[in-house]
Amino acid sequence: MTYTVHINVMPLKELLDPQGKAVLSGLGNLGLNAVEDVRIGKHITLQINAGSEKEARQIAEEASRKLLANPVMEYFEISVKN
Amino acid sequence: MVVFPGSNCDRDIMDALREDLGQEVIELWHKDKDLSMFSTEDCIVLPGGFSYGDYLRCGAIARFSPMMQSVIEFAQRGGKVLGICNGFQILCESGLLPGVLLRNINMKFVCKNVYIKGENGVPLKIPIAHGEGRFYADSETLDELENNKQVIYRYCDADGKLTPVSNPNGAERNIAGICNASGNVFGMMPHPERACSQVLGNTDGRRLLNDLLLVKKEALVG
Repeated sequence: MTYTVHINVMPLKELLDPQGKAVLSGLGNLGLNAVEDVRIGKHITLQINAGSEKEARQIAEEASRKLLANPVMEYFEISVKN
Repeated sequence: MVVFPGSNCDRDIMDALREDLGQEVIELWHKDKDLSMFSTEDCIVLPGGFSYGDYLRCGAIARFSPMMQSVIEFAQRGGKVLGICNGFQILCESGLLPGVLLRNINMKFVCKNVYIKGENGVPLKIPIAHGEGRFYADSETLDELENNKQVIYRYCDADGKLTPVSNPNGAERNIAGICNASGNVFGMMPHPERACSQVLGNTDGRRLLNDLLLVKKEALVG
């Protein structure tokens, strides 16, 4: 069965995110001053053929650990849908 | 010298090494993997550019190319490897060097001459050209790099002083280039190959490449 796996890759919380800062200042220029912080990462979807949801998650974790995220600068979160 | 799809400083480094330093240069293609003609006395150079379009993260895809598997083995056997700019990013992604190169602190692609110096050296004027050159590692790793004398170049001013203003990208501790613990893998963001010829108005890069390629690490960092 094919599972759709959603992965969010985000910059580590302790790291400065210049892209987020630039967008925050753009939002301020729009008058949206209620926005206090912006962090920008990546959303990645994978279509994974696997025998179970657990197996699909394991494959996505391996992909994230080895390539999709760099643990020196990023963390990732995985959610699986049928 | 390895050419990846998206390398764009490959011609510059070849020209500098051949014409200005009088070295023999062999071009390698990222899809090949044969390094059997090289001994550990030779140096593999990873040039600057935008390998694989900088997709995902700078250097992240290049790290899995067939040639990089051989370069990693070559480095583990003690062979010399030098990565410049995108080459530095590839070395960090491949785990041959610690840390990572993050987006510049001022959000800008910075293309200009800067001054850098080695631990015991004089300031050298070398161009930089990058959008993701802010060297980052956790403070434990940074301490380790400094204690092992693995920081080979830092951004400084024309007098050799390490100041925040002379740091063009927000790199931790003004770090512009590092080497691995065993002293055979080198990475740096500045482009010495762009400053090797009198015609270009700057030959500081010739001295730098000469130090890196032809001198042992001990002589570099003292």
